[in-house]
Amino acid sequence: MSVIAIENLVKTFGGVRALDGLDLRVEPGEVHGFLGPNGSGKSTTIRILLGLLRRDSGQVRILDGDPWRDAVALHRRLAYVPGDVNLWPNLSGGEAIDLFGALRGGLDRRRRDELLHRFDLDPTKKCRTYSKGNRQKVAIVAAFASDVELYVLDEPTSGLDPLMEAVFQEEVRQLTQAGASVLLSSHVLAEVEALCDRVSIIREGRIVESGTLSELRHLARTTVTVETGRPVTGLTDLPGVHEVRPVDGRVRLEVEPEHLDTLLAHLVRFEVRALTSTPPTLEELFLRHYGDATDGDQPAATGGTR
Amino acid sequence: MSAFTGTGRLARLALRRDRVRLAIWTLGSPLIGYALAESVASIYPDEQNRVGYAEVANTSVVARAFNGPVASTDLGAVVVTETYLTLAVLAALLSTFAVVRHTRQNEETGRAELLGAAAVGRYALLTAALVVVVGANVLAGALLAVAFVGAGLPAAGSVAAAAAITGVGLAFTGVAAVTAQLSVTSRGANALAAATVGVAFLLRATGDVLGRRAADGVRLDSAWPTWLSPLGWGTQVRAFGNERWWVLALPVALLVVGVAVAYALAERRDVGAGLLAARRGPARAAAGLLSPAGLTWRLHRSALIGWAVAVAVLGLAMGLAGNEVDDMIADNPAAAEAIAQLGGGEELVDAFLAAMLGLFALTIGAYVVQALLRVRGDESDGILEPLLATAVSRTRWLSTQVAGAVLGALTLMLLAGATTGLGYGLAAGDPVGWTVELTGAALLRLPALLVVAGVVTALFGALPRLSVALSWTVLIVFLLLGQLGAALDLPQAALNLSPYTHVPSVPAVDVTVLPLLVLTAVAAALLATGLATFRRRDTPT
Repeated sequence: MSVIAIENLVKTFGGVRALDGLDLRVEPGEVHGFLGPNGSGKSTTIRILLGLLRRDSGQVRILDGDPWRDAVALHRRLAYVPGDVNLWPNLSGGEAIDLFGALRGGLDRRRRDELLHRFDLDPTKKCRTYSKGNRQKVAIVAAFASDVELYVLDEPTSGLDPLMEAVFQEEVRQLTQAGASVLLSSHVLAEVEALCDRVSIIREGRIVESGTLSELRHLARTTVTVETGRPVTGLTDLPGVHEVRPVDGRVRLEVEPEHLDTLLAHLVRFEVRALTSTPPTLEELFLRHYGDATDGDQPAATGGTR
Repeated sequence: MSAFTGTGRLARLALRRDRVRLAIWTLGSPLIGYALAESVASIYPDEQNRVGYAEVANTSVVARAFNGPVASTDLGAVVVTETYLTLAVLAALLSTFAVVRHTRQNEETGRAELLGAAAVGRYALLTAALVVVVGANVLAGALLAVAFVGAGLPAAGSVAAAAAITGVGLAFTGVAAVTAQLSVTSRGANALAAATVGVAFLLRATGDVLGRRAADGVRLDSAWPTWLSPLGWGTQVRAFGNERWWVLALPVALLVVGVAVAYALAERRDVGAGLLAARRGPARAAAGLLSPAGLTWRLHRSALIGWAVAVAVLGLAMGLAGNEVDDMIADNPAAAEAIAQLGGGEELVDAFLAAMLGLFALTIGAYVVQALLRVRGDESDGILEPLLATAVSRTRWLSTQVAGAVLGALTLMLLAGATTGLGYGLAAGDPVGWTVELTGAALLRLPALLVVAGVVTALFGALPRLSVALSWTVLIVFLLLGQLGAALDLPQAALNLSPYTHVPSVPAVDVTVLPLLVLTAVAAALLATGLATFRRRDTPT
């Protein structure tokens, strides 16, 4: 049974269709990367999962409950970190953490103190004096110190420095080792690559790609650079080979994964001296869906909810 | 590039940001001045009335403490005495908020850093704020002088009175320029400056209470504490008396000193830093905080305590003044009629006390609106969302907030009744009896406040984005219907729109139960509507 199961979800704000038939599935124990640029509908989806927004149509199940009807019961079993954390200005960070923990149904004190130490957060400062990164740490510590089944993280690290980013990644791994599931919305691609078992890419309120990283890679071309004793000919006639360019006496090209074998068979006839093959990075996968700004599509609005 | 580069542009930016606020300020204060001058003129039409007024005002401890000395028996002097406190405190607070808004708030939000990275000098932000606020004060003052002249008062006195009030605004512009350098937060800077206004009020009140009456029985020579207070300087100008123009140099001097200190401090500190360190809080939450109710108490605690102190002081003063009502308005049927219209009934003292409790109920309505609208503030600031993502239902959250606001209003209302009763009882005899009677009378006004809470809750549920503006509008309509409705001869159907029309004006008239039950039922229906609509809607920013 999936932890999150969304089918054909639609949400409109006024005339704007923020979510347009979205499907998303998160399985138990996985870290699921939820990728998309600003305004593509990530936060809207998460708000519907948390029962903060009502869906217009479609099926949404989270921890086998209805996010709107069973909100309170479900919220005891999940923890949420928003991307833009706002706190009560006159409470201290420590008070805010304890308050969120208590309202969620309790938090592990020992774990709380350990997380404060690891994230290097001073809990005695008033929330109004925290920087964006420190406010985010408050929300992260409050969430991670709760022993829950599902963590919903909406761009949780956008204000953290690289050191803290590393701590964050270690802590997420610990959560999944303990059996929890994580939905991680992000546009930090390195973070998604490092943490996520599966990835869904959202564009204009719809999932355009979903699967494990290797599955997604399989859909994209591999870049091959080859140096040969004799000049290579006939490359452009091979199936699945694109973008052939000579570079400093070598040849660089892109090849579809299922035609790699044919390419290699062709190359060996020209005395291969060196060959590198680079699978597509997540960034390239991502840009495949977003890079072509020429089609003039406007990204869907999130309804001004942030 | 000098330290002032960009001042002109920043001043224009401040004008653009505040065009509505500044327009309300510079036009509102003359309008209030004009309206009050007209109404005072109708209550004290002839010299004989005014001699009586001046004698009582300069004798009564309460009148001295609140209004300060009356400069002469001219109509203008009475107008100034009756309007000065309102207009001067308004000028002081508006100047303070405007200076802080354009200096420290810019730093706090990081806007100043963005501007500082552009071709903008070190002093430009502060200078632009000062130019705009000083300009607004001078413009408001000029219009106020025109308004007084328009109300038929002599020109010299009108200019002196308007300049005295402008002086208060300028003095506190200087104070706020300094506090904005001291505190790291705009809240802290505003609080420091507002506390200075409070101290200035107390100093002036002390000085005027301790003042000596001149032999003619009219003039009052204030004692030295008045001279330490920027609010006192304005009264010492003696507009419409023998004007002492040189006193106006004092607030200007304070402005100059404040600005010089602010520049010196700005020179010595980093952007975003202050001279007063931000206070720290506990590393762990106390057990009492860890529930919606605990959080609500924590968030409203300081505001409620502030209100309680103000209500208690005002209640005592009003109660003490009640014993002087008969003297104050003897031989003045116009004033007696105004009180009778507000309070109702036959007995003047009862009408006065009932009118005061009615005023308290209206004012405490503002507490209810302000406390409850925090829900909307939290929603639009994005604080509510992570909270609703915990195991707290929307119904529980909102009903806790409503309960907090209503309990706060109940506390304030009981306190208003008890202190008014105590004050009156101390002056007139039987303090225990009066305390009990007026506490009960105050309690009877609670249903009107429940309706106010219901209106705000229903608006928040049904029309979240408009709820702030609409809630205040509704309260102001209630206020206008209550205070002006009878005087303007509005039809009863219009007056009936306000819940305050229906609560019995005890002790002036007898208790009637039915309206209280109807009001409570209306309030319950509004609250239920608010809870139901909030449960069904999205949470927009």
